[in-house]
Amino acid sequence: MSASEIPILRLGTVLLAGLGSELDDKTAVLFADELSRQVADTGARAVVLDITKLDVIDSFAARILVEIATMARLLGARVVLAGMRYPVAITLVELGLGLPGVLTALSVEHALKKLSTPESPRERPGGSRVR
Amino acid sequence: MSDSRVATAGEGRVSSLPIRAEDDLLAARHAVRAATLEAGFGLVAQTKLVTAASELVRNCYVHGGGGKLVIEHLVPPPRAGLRLTISDQGPGIGDLEAALTDGYSTGAGLGHGLGGARRLVDEFHLDTSPERGTTVVITRWVN
Repeated sequence: MSASEIPILRLGTVLLAGLGSELDDKTAVLFADELSRQVADTGARAVVLDITKLDVIDSFAARILVEIATMARLLGARVVLAGMRYPVAITLVELGLGLPGVLTALSVEHALKKLSTPESPRERPGGSRVR
Repeated sequence: MSDSRVATAGEGRVSSLPIRAEDDLLAARHAVRAATLEAGFGLVAQTKLVTAASELVRNCYVHGGGGKLVIEHLVPPPRAGLRLTISDQGPGIGDLEAALTDGYSTGAGLGHGLGGARRLVDEFHLDTSPERGTTVVITRWVN
């Protein structure tokens, strides 16, 4: 169990974490720190964040997600946000937050499948939706 | 940009929540979500209003030193909807135009909070001054 109380599972070179329906600011910050530490400690090549349950991403949560992706990239790992709900996506667009640099996938399954193939050059730096 | 129509409290039920610190943010989101469900909002409208409330409630305790959230059910006529009033007694917003611009931030966010919240609702009224603090009134109609 991580300090943020969000479990981070290790699957080979991939770290997998599932966020609950709520992400408060304090938990988000602790989780970002813990995840970065684990990426460095384990030498993970990728991080999959399952956000299927998350029903609100406001500008603070969005900032943390972008920071997580940036920190992981600096540590040599790709981050994929998996399973964003469509109302959350619509809301993020209206907020003006496209989560630059963050890869996304429809589901954890799609994310893992994508990560098993080599990274294509156009994935960086803008990010793209993985199908 | 003050809103005189906020004094329509006889029309529907009104509830109030204190906003003191971060712990109150989740409670505020839950209360707004429950109100949107009760009012019959669709999933996208629910998410937009809860997200807007989250931005404004965070501003309230980060920049305004705390205050309160008032949730008001608007019943027909003329239309059904929800009105949220987030108020604080803080120092007010110095440069309002800048604060409503994307990318402007004096806090920990991305600077999309205030302007973003405005885009997520149907009506947005903001009153701010060093004497009165800041009051934001947002309304979203059902359908």
